Amino acid sequence: MRKLIGAIAIVLTYSACKFNAAPTALPIYGNRTPVTKTVDGKTETDTVYQTIPAFKTVNQYGDSISNKSLDNNIYVADFFFTTCPSICPVMHRNMLTVYDAFKSEKDVKIISYSIDPKHDSVNILKQYADKLGIAGNTWWLLQGKKDEIYKLSESYLVRRPEEDAKQLFIHDGYFLLIDKQKRIRGTYDGTLPEQVKQLIADIKTLKAEPDQIIGK
Amino acid sequence: MKLKVISAICLLLVVLFFSCQTDDEITFKRYYTTGSIVYQNSCQNCHGKNGEGLSALMPPLTDSVFLKANKASLPCFIKYGLKEKLLIVNKKPFEGNMPAMDLAPIEIAEVLTYVTNSFGNKMGVVTVQQVSYDLDKCK
Repeated sequence: MRKLIGAIAIVLTYSACKFNAAPTALPIYGNRTPVTKTVDGKTETDTVYQTIPAFKTVNQYGDSISNKSLDNNIYVADFFFTTCPSICPVMHRNMLTVYDAFKSEKDVKIISYSIDPKHDSVNILKQYADKLGIAGNTWWLLQGKKDEIYKLSESYLVRRPEEDAKQLFIHDGYFLLIDKQKRIRGTYDGTLPEQVKQLIADIKTLKAEPDQIIGK
Repeated sequence: MKLKVISAICLLLVVLFFSCQTDDEITFKRYYTTGSIVYQNSCQNCHGKNGEGLSALMPPLTDSVFLKANKASLPCFIKYGLKEKLLIVNKKPFEGNMPAMDLAPIEIAEVLTYVTNSFGNKMGVVTVQQVSYDLDKCK
């Protein structure tokens, strides 16, 4: 009997250790609100996380892309414009490594919102995509209404773009990782190769989370 | 005693080494070092840390044949930018815009010395006199 208890103790200890040694979840960013509701006569409190709201855009192929088009996808978002002389080439040089890592996986996408939709038409975006060397439906370059895109940037927790006489557009170079429930799970400086490497690792971690395997 | 002699000899060798450098070599080193900083600030975002460019969007700076053939135009490209001009670099076409860079002739000379002697290129020093001469002839 003693031996049995000892054996059980060892097994329990081992499994406990194993359980603790697996940090498999990424944090959830943004505002959160507790919601209390009554289910079957019992009061339950749940947390509602900030999510990416609906948007309407067109991609480089002229297809309409909305928030729904990204259902059941983990995706990475950024804001750019094709004539950007400063940080965009660096960001997209780094984003290409993300593209190359996940282009054959169906539930990972990349979307780049243009913050200069007046210039970045579907044609211009297609040319940019061709020259960048991207094809298929892994990476979408999106044109939308300027006001809506600028407002949307706030939901992604990035700096709202600004126009300036010299630089034309000021924006930051963050990459945002969004899960299948449209929650923000990571922010990375897209101009730094090490952070983009972390993003690729985090996408793999995120893909393994139970919530992401089931989808929405 | 022995140590003193050895260190004296070492010091002598170091002095000899540096004093043996010609003025040209010193100019080259000065231009090249400052040029690398100009490159980081004005060129690297698009053309890359190793001059690799970006796909078919931004031309690489590794085509020595192109750089030699266009040596006199390079200061103009930097100073006034390029607008929808077709360039064949590494046998691939590039047709986009390059923004004009607000750089002084000396900075252009420095950055050109850096670029034409990095990334597998070896063209020697580009002097500020040469750059000023070329800039006068820009179309």
